[in-house]
Amino acid sequence: MRTTQQEEASPQELHGALDTQALEKIARRVRWLIISTVANSKAGHIGGPLSAADMLVALYFNEMSIDPSQPHAPDRDRFILSKGHCSIGLYSVLALRGYFPVEELATFDHGGSRLQGHPDMKLTPGVDASTGSLGQGLSAGLGMAIGAKKLDRDFHTWVMLGDGESEEGQVWEAVISAPRFGVDNLTAIFDVNGLQQYGWPAQERDRFDRSEPLGHVDLEAVLTGFGWNVLTVDGNDFGQILSAFDQVRAWHGTSGKPTAIVSRTSKGQGISFTQGVFKWHNGVATPEQLAQARHELLGNDPEGELQ
Amino acid sequence: MKAQRNVWGEEILSLARSDDRVLVLDADLATSTQAVQVATELPDSFVELGIAEANMVGVAFGLTTLGYRPWLSTFGVFLTCRALDQIRMMVSQTNAPVRLAGAYAGLLNGSSGKTHQDIQDLATMRAMPNMTVLVPADEFELAAMMPWIADHDGPVYVRVARDAVEPVFDADYRFSPGRVHVLRQGDDVTLVSTGVQTSRVIEAAGLLAEDGIEAKVVHVSSLKPIDEDGLVEAIGASPLVVTVEEHSVHAGLGGLVAEILSGRGGPRVVRHGLEDRWSESAPNDFLLDKYGLSPRRVADRVAQALGARSHGPRVTAG
Repeated sequence: MRTTQQEEASPQELHGALDTQALEKIARRVRWLIISTVANSKAGHIGGPLSAADMLVALYFNEMSIDPSQPHAPDRDRFILSKGHCSIGLYSVLALRGYFPVEELATFDHGGSRLQGHPDMKLTPGVDASTGSLGQGLSAGLGMAIGAKKLDRDFHTWVMLGDGESEEGQVWEAVISAPRFGVDNLTAIFDVNGLQQYGWPAQERDRFDRSEPLGHVDLEAVLTGFGWNVLTVDGNDFGQILSAFDQVRAWHGTSGKPTAIVSRTSKGQGISFTQGVFKWHNGVATPEQLAQARHELLGNDPEGELQ
Repeated sequence: MKAQRNVWGEEILSLARSDDRVLVLDADLATSTQAVQVATELPDSFVELGIAEANMVGVAFGLTTLGYRPWLSTFGVFLTCRALDQIRMMVSQTNAPVRLAGAYAGLLNGSSGKTHQDIQDLATMRAMPNMTVLVPADEFELAAMMPWIADHDGPVYVRVARDAVEPVFDADYRFSPGRVHVLRQGDDVTLVSTGVQTSRVIEAAGLLAEDGIEAKVVHVSSLKPIDEDGLVEAIGASPLVVTVEEHSVHAGLGGLVAEILSGRGGPRVVRHGLEDRWSESAPNDFLLDKYGLSPRRVADRVAQALGARSHGPRVTAG
């Protein structure tokens, strides 16, 4: 088939490039960029980007075949952040990975910026699909995976969804249809961080403790029942994440099924005052909180001087 | 006389044969929309996605990122109402070359009734940035539009009517986006119509002529883009414009014409179409008569607007 893009050099192979210690260091910088950028912009999401940060770092720094200098390379692996409100997590990783300057994060959410509140594939290098209205990303990833199969192209498509997002019906339209197409080149990562913006009270009349969006759902059993390969990991543990990626790679082109990674994480992970606190779904840190976050994440690490 | 859906099935098969970017995505209505022709003849160009239209729109977007130009096969109402947000975000905001074939749009859908009648599609699709909105009059105009749609780089919504109408054009018709067509001359009133309703409006103009009223008939099949100057020129010095459409009177063709003329100090505009209420399931002739879109009812409405005597039943709605 004709393609609209010129053939370019193959993206870089990455897996195994970094060890878990190096990835943890990058993740701490990402977390600092998340909370400091949102503070700079005086608005933005915190809890979801922090829960997803380790998975994003592992994908972009140790797994996906990509080349930041060629964000549209035809055979690059694709990534769709279906939970698009967590854009600052993705932008922070893309910036550190070299898609655009880290300094550009200071324009996040500003008029005219390439870094919109929700990812815009037409504006931001490295963004493979526009997202923001929840529940839509897995369908887009399925389209990419079906297309790759039809064209005999070997790239892998990754989609990250939230557990709150998975209350949207379209997610399940995509889940139920994907196995029909044998898309073992598609992986859905469910970032199960246990909280949504507000959701339901953990107990009747409880105002301050919120229950898990999918707490009543056996997600692994449901996904298995729909015909997916299913892996469960602690999504804030690089060792487990990388093991899961090894399995995904082994299934790519061989299993005949899409894969779901149920990534159990903590919302607000990595910063003491945001972790597990539903009110930090979004929020702007005070100067004192920023100083504390910086100390917790970077300590005296001079390489942390990123902004 | 051929139904548009049959023409769509034949033309999409022909396009898929010659252009490997063409895929037909179906939501379990291939036998109704006639996408079945592609499913049968070119199974590699056909993707069945089941009864899940929101997912289908997202899949279509994903396929466009690899160079495909997917055509969606389902009833218009399940695209423009059920999957409106998906069209908005995944198709319109990204300017993806997805082709939304709104089958059975309008009032007439084989007695399925109000649940399946898409009478707001032109309003919502017109308001979508990047979207082209086409409403062909007959089999010939649809056939001429399809190769243009296939080559267009952005998203397109096209209405595909279920049942055949008396043709307005012939096999020599050539499609040009934005162009308006003057199909009949007349100095007393200008009737502006779209889609298969134009065939009934021409008939209505004949009935008006019997009463001594000479109506000009202007057909607008390209609601977006539209040649605004061409429309104003076509209306000319008409003292009254009546828009007629198989669509809500809100924000469809009537809205478009009123928007254009209001900025230019044009003549009075009467918007005729489906009033602000729901319809029902019934045979086509019954619906056209009851909801004011039969040639007789259109003629009566025009005569009433002109203050002339009418031979038909009094118009109480529309």
